[in-house]
Amino acid sequence: MWVERRSSRVSDLSKLELSHGDIRSLLKWIKQNLLKERPELFMQGESVRPGILVLINDADWELMGELDYKLQDQDNVLFISTLHGG
Amino acid sequence: MAGGAEAARLSAEISRREQELRGLRERLAAVLAGGAAGDVAATEEGASAFPGELPPLPAQASLSTADILRYSRQLVLPELGVRGQLRLSRSSVLVVGCGGLGCPLAQYLAAAGVGRLGLVDHDVVETSNLHRQVLHGEARRGLPKAVSAAAALRLLNSTVQYVPYCCALSPRTALELVRQYDVVADCSDNVPTRYLVNDACVLAGKPLVSGSALRLEGQLVVYNYQGGPCYRCLFPKPPPPETVTNCADGGVLGVVPGIMGCIQALEVLKIASGMGSSFSQFMLMFDAREGRFRNIKLRPKKADCAVCGDNPSVTCLQDYEAFCGSSATDKCRTLHLLSSEDRVSVEEYKQLLDEQVPHVLLDVRPQVEVDICRLVHAVHIPLSKLEEKDEECLEYLEKRICEEKQRTNGQTYFPVYVVCKLGNDSQKAVRILQELPVKEFGSVSAKDIKGGLMAWASKIDPTFPQY
Repeated sequence: MWVERRSSRVSDLSKLELSHGDIRSLLKWIKQNLLKERPELFMQGESVRPGILVLINDADWELMGELDYKLQDQDNVLFISTLHGG
Repeated sequence: MAGGAEAARLSAEISRREQELRGLRERLAAVLAGGAAGDVAATEEGASAFPGELPPLPAQASLSTADILRYSRQLVLPELGVRGQLRLSRSSVLVVGCGGLGCPLAQYLAAAGVGRLGLVDHDVVETSNLHRQVLHGEARRGLPKAVSAAAALRLLNSTVQYVPYCCALSPRTALELVRQYDVVADCSDNVPTRYLVNDACVLAGKPLVSGSALRLEGQLVVYNYQGGPCYRCLFPKPPPPETVTNCADGGVLGVVPGIMGCIQALEVLKIASGMGSSFSQFMLMFDAREGRFRNIKLRPKKADCAVCGDNPSVTCLQDYEAFCGSSATDKCRTLHLLSSEDRVSVEEYKQLLDEQVPHVLLDVRPQVEVDICRLVHAVHIPLSKLEEKDEECLEYLEKRICEEKQRTNGQTYFPVYVVCKLGNDSQKAVRILQELPVKEFGSVSAKDIKGGLMAWASKIDPTFPQY
């Protein structure tokens, strides 16, 4: 689903006007602004759907507090879909 | 009438030859599976029953002169040495899946001199496998992949024991099988099998080297090794089936699983020889387009993991197809979105064409697939454009419908037939067309063609390419 939009660079974090500055509000912003069709391919409830791993600066978001992690300037957030083919 | 008799004679001849071919394939499979002495073969006849307990590998105390010559280039590595080589020769590795990952993996493990390789695959070699499943060859199409792989590997290193298992890993047999091996390599192609292999490895206490690849990307993690996480720690819930893409739908460049399978082989060799692995609690991600590898630090083993946690709820193997809501193969799914009155068969569509019934044929496949093959009279709008109600595309469709409609005497419901590769996306497209507001050109009657262009190729026009 991210075939077209492989990466988005945000020049100024405050421009996104995230309510809490955490991953939870980033996901909400993505849902409202970037996902035009079929948000269920990416989201489930307020989090990502099963099978998507969230990486913050090349580390599993589970190590960083998941939805509650407060975004910092220069952070690199990556959503990867797990692959099953072989 | 003469034509009818000739057709009957030819079909009889074809079925006779097909039967002969099947017989030859079975004989070849039996010969290949019977291969070198010492191999414990599970041929197709014995496929339902996995062979019982394998005899332990001989505990080799020293390397023979022949071993020293064969493995000399890796023996002189201080990291491996004689000790490591002897460990390899006493190790057994279970390879789950003899496809794009399993072929290169098994090839390097055989070449490096592991003691025993178990090769699991329920599938047979097909032409569309050959671009990435490099142990198989044109001559072995139609043979079980496990047997084909064993035959190729035996030519490479006859001192390794090969055990082909020509059936799918199942919850009934997996644990017993995994227990007989030291390291397991997950080279499978579907979600249920990945959970099954993981759980069997946790319950049997075996390290799992897991690889996957799709399109131009690959991933690798070592699970259940030296206190690290298992697959369920990372993915407690399976992904929704509709979000999973297989190699047939998404495509895969052959060398990408090749690269991932080689790195998997490397990690298996490091674990089996005692060097340890670099990817416990780490994921290696490979992006072939950018030529970039990323190393991701993963979460540790989870105390609340359903299978490897402190109070596991999974204590024996389950029904993984039910758990994942999908089948344990990478074959394409068949959707049933539309009722039968909204669908036509390829035979019915052929008749419409022959009778020159005015209609529009709408092909909703992605451009890259249209470039491979197409029906010349089709209008092409990819499903993604319909889904996002792309105005330009809808106007174009309207225009084409109006043009065609002018050739009729103003039918109320103008027929639009929708086609894709296999007849899944075409159903989604019909749903979208049915929900569109009625435009000035009036209503359309949208139906899809069951089985899509692949059914067209197999039933109507044998010269139409299959992909």
